Amino acid sequence: MFELIEWSRAQFALTAMYHWIFVSLTLGLGFICAIMETIYLLRGKDPKWKRATKFWMKLFAINFAVGVATGIILEFQFGTNWSNYSYFVGDIFGAPLAIEGIFAFFMESTFFAVMYFGWDRVSARFHLTATWLTAFGTVLSAIWILIANAWMQHPVGMEFNLEMARSEMVDFFALVFSEVAIVKFWHSIMSGALTAAVFVTGISAWFLLKRRSVDFAHKSIRVASLVGLVASVVVAYTGDQSGVQVATHQPVKFAAFEAIYEGREGADLTVFGFLNSEKSVDNDEEVFNGEWKINSLLSLLAFHDMGSFVPGFKDLVYGNEEYGVMGADEKMERGRFAIEQVRRYNEAVKSGDLETKEEIIRLFDSSTEEGMAFHNDYFKYFGYGYLSSPDEIIPPIGLVFYSFRIMVALGVYFIFMFIGVLFLQRKNMLEKYKIVQYILILSIPLVYISSQAGWIVSEVGRQPWAVQDLLPVSASLSSINSANVATTFFIFAILFTVLLIAEIRIMLKQIKIGPQED
Amino acid sequence: MSILKRVFNFYVDGFRDMKVGKDLWLLILLKLFIMFVILKLFFFRSKTPSFDSDVDKAMYYREQLTD
Repeated sequence: MFELIEWSRAQFALTAMYHWIFVSLTLGLGFICAIMETIYLLRGKDPKWKRATKFWMKLFAINFAVGVATGIILEFQFGTNWSNYSYFVGDIFGAPLAIEGIFAFFMESTFFAVMYFGWDRVSARFHLTATWLTAFGTVLSAIWILIANAWMQHPVGMEFNLEMARSEMVDFFALVFSEVAIVKFWHSIMSGALTAAVFVTGISAWFLLKRRSVDFAHKSIRVASLVGLVASVVVAYTGDQSGVQVATHQPVKFAAFEAIYEGREGADLTVFGFLNSEKSVDNDEEVFNGEWKINSLLSLLAFHDMGSFVPGFKDLVYGNEEYGVMGADEKMERGRFAIEQVRRYNEAVKSGDLETKEEIIRLFDSSTEEGMAFHNDYFKYFGYGYLSSPDEIIPPIGLVFYSFRIMVALGVYFIFMFIGVLFLQRKNMLEKYKIVQYILILSIPLVYISSQAGWIVSEVGRQPWAVQDLLPVSASLSSINSANVATTFFIFAILFTVLLIAEIRIMLKQIKIGPQED
Repeated sequence: MSILKRVFNFYVDGFRDMKVGKDLWLLILLKLFIMFVILKLFFFRSKTPSFDSDVDKAMYYREQLTD
């Protein structure tokens, strides 16, 4: 039976996953529309390009309209289900989300209206500007939430304010330009472009299959496959960069990517394997029932050095002195000490014990040598103090391991798919092979699967943390009734499923109508 | 014609001329009603107690963090 934490996590995951279905397409399709409209103007207002632009713009509008505001439900959940977390991170999240709400959303909505309603009512150049600004507005909306997410994975530019009992931003630029935020931004935005490219290519392939609007289909495929190839290569590159960051800042998550139990130098990359369900961190069972490995490749991918040491779960849970890896039990001791200081401070405030209060304020003042030492030796492990067992730092290995492989395999597939499409189109052979057209249509669900798998890798892989090393999900929850959360879980499941079915039906209707003359 | 009236007419005419259909708008309005009326009012009311001051609020959350 699920308890409060499982229901709260399931509800958040459900909402985020449905939300991303709409967001990923919006992110990329806006740019594809903008590129097509630019070609339309560059080609002396060629009506064929206008038809194509207007068709994809219509699907963009449907997706935008159905998906808009679904992310606000996540903010409802922050306040109700995760109030401790929301208070703890409020100062960090406040600025990015406020900027998103006020600036990006209004920019997106204003120019969206010009883009959609403004054909022949504003000048062609102004309309094109509005289309590009709508596309950039969608990215601007996403950037702030991605920065906030990157901060949860790698908290930088913050300090814990003991008096207010919350994290506060002390360096806006460290937060915005953190290496994790930059890579996450490009990886996510480009995965949106990839989603849209596969979507456009797949639907265009349907038109080829039906021998309808063939010229429109070729034009759409030409733009989308170029966007798709660039996006898939950038996604692969940023994915590699992200892997290095995870290996450095979130080594347990990295160990889960590869199901590494015992660390070693020159670690092997498991291309694919079948996990042994009997294996755990405290037994000597085999990790895999069968696997395909490449020697030393994992060390190369993790640290760009074939001889580097990659820690496994045993090193991270129990520690490894030889390689300077501190065990989770040691971190738990240090975290408990830091939490105890917060408790002592609270008691001192209540009892008016000024001496103790001042003593602890000094510890939390990182501008002093004493404070910096306390931060590095104890506060850095604050979240570990909430754990009851060292092996709680291990996320669900099977889900992360298999999702990682689905994401990577499909990512590689899309690179080759777009190379193939571009080649066949250049040789005028795309119409000849029906099998290719079927493959392109069937690739539409695959791109959504790979995108969702990526978020599973990122978010399930960092469990048990809400904020890496500082706050586990168990300490982030509100004191509420789990039945209430379970009820809303099912309401969301029904609501989002209905929305998705409705979107698909409305889109299919428009696709069947096809591109139309003015 | 004032700029505000032109903007207003731009939106009104835009919505009037939409061809995608009434189903989409019905869906959007229904979604927003469920989200902002039903869910927000009946399921996502803030459970956090009200505080007289930031000091009280901080004390409450320090207790939440340390209990």
